Amino acid sequence: MIVLGIETSCDETGVAVVEDGRIRSSLIGQQIELHARYGGVVPELASRAHLRTLNPAIGQALDHAGVSARELDAIAVTVGPGFIGSLLVGVSAAKALALVFGIPLIGVNHLEGHVEAAFLDRPGLEPPLVGLIVSGGHTMIVWLPEHGRFEILGATIDDAAGEAFDKIARFVGLGYPGGPEIDRLARDGNPAAHRFPRALMAEPSYDFSLSGLKTAVIRWVRERRARGEEFDLPDFAASFQEAIVEVQVAKTLRAAEEKGASSVVVAGGVAANSRLRALMLEEGGRRGLDVVIPPVELCTDNGAMIAAAGIRRLARGERTPLDAGPDPNLALA
Amino acid sequence: MAAEQICVSRSPEETQAIAEALAPALLPGDIVALSGDLGAGKTAFVQGAARGLGVKERVTSPTFVIVREYQGRVPVLHVDVYRLGNLRELVELGYEEFLDPAWVVFIEWGDAVDALLPDEWLEVELRREGDEERRVVFRAHGREWGRRLAGVRERTASWKAAV
Repeated sequence: MIVLGIETSCDETGVAVVEDGRIRSSLIGQQIELHARYGGVVPELASRAHLRTLNPAIGQALDHAGVSARELDAIAVTVGPGFIGSLLVGVSAAKALALVFGIPLIGVNHLEGHVEAAFLDRPGLEPPLVGLIVSGGHTMIVWLPEHGRFEILGATIDDAAGEAFDKIARFVGLGYPGGPEIDRLARDGNPAAHRFPRALMAEPSYDFSLSGLKTAVIRWVRERRARGEEFDLPDFAASFQEAIVEVQVAKTLRAAEEKGASSVVVAGGVAANSRLRALMLEEGGRRGLDVVIPPVELCTDNGAMIAAAGIRRLARGERTPLDAGPDPNLALA
Repeated sequence: MAAEQICVSRSPEETQAIAEALAPALLPGDIVALSGDLGAGKTAFVQGAARGLGVKERVTSPTFVIVREYQGRVPVLHVDVYRLGNLRELVELGYEEFLDPAWVVFIEWGDAVDALLPDEWLEVELRREGDEERRVVFRAHGREWGRRLAGVRERTASWKAAV
């Protein structure tokens, strides 16, 4: 089956053509420069940019794949969660294509797409597995006993991990997006230089809390600024990053152990963080777990993961009615 | 000078408790705008108020998605305009509920926002006093809220600042 996948839930326009488990083409229109001066995604700007880039991107994705629109078996599109204006651009385009070519429309949950990236990356990978989904808007541990069935084991009770990275980066005057900046600085820093709080680390639940860490880090910086004291930015970045990553790795691996899963998947934009990747691989490997972390271009928002999730839904006989609309608060389970 | 009530909170939990105590004083159509620095406890305040309004779901930061909706005894809208130019953009995004009299709306608005607020609204300023301590300042805007502040004073009396 050949499916075109469209992803416009946030600020990246992702379009891809996937044939069964193989990516034939995948284009990502980055909008980072557009949003950098606001220190974050501005939904209105994002949806306008999607409008501008989506149609050319669809044409290019088909070209690169060497596939004509008539060969497509379905159009898969992210229907939520995300920004309503951005989602609407992708959903409207997908509906128009499905209607014109008389092929099924398949609505995909953005988070399900992130987990699907692991199956694209690792052919043969099968549930049951435990997944950590971490991005600007989400931080959760999910249990996938079988395809199509998600259970949320825990999630953030306040801020998402990507949001914490962005807010702290902005607070200390680093650029946007904050995650990659902190990651880059942290490579030259000592993660044990400062001890920032690991919230809920000792608690049995799989929930996360990042608001307290944010407040503690801001307080720490303010104290030093008030005393006119300089601090080493790489050490600071490495210590802050370690506080986030350590809790995520510990809880994910504990969930895998409790569920008896032999595979662990890390997905979402924050899965691009080099320290999270390294620590999860190291600690997971030590416990004999198969840790799958797709390459960065499959972790950040992309159309291929949506197309792949669409193929799975299509194979199950699912169809999305053409009058269905996007749901900005769509739940995974 | 707007009418004020100043409370003292010594922890995020206490900020939530103050907000929860305020909740019964809130009515559909009310707009509560929160200001304060990053980490001052704006989301914690909304978590407590939502609990007091009967919201059972978990209330998390709306920063990334801009708006989150909850169902309590009344529908609750939690907005973060940290990244919007002004509140008009919110309506352009399709959130007419913001102006709908059926909702209680909490807006984390920061100081830089060119607010499109109606005549009547309750301001909640979270002012950092120490590591954990915050001043929670309730400030009435509009004649109606000026009268209703008495109810806020009553409900939050046990946290009233000494000064």
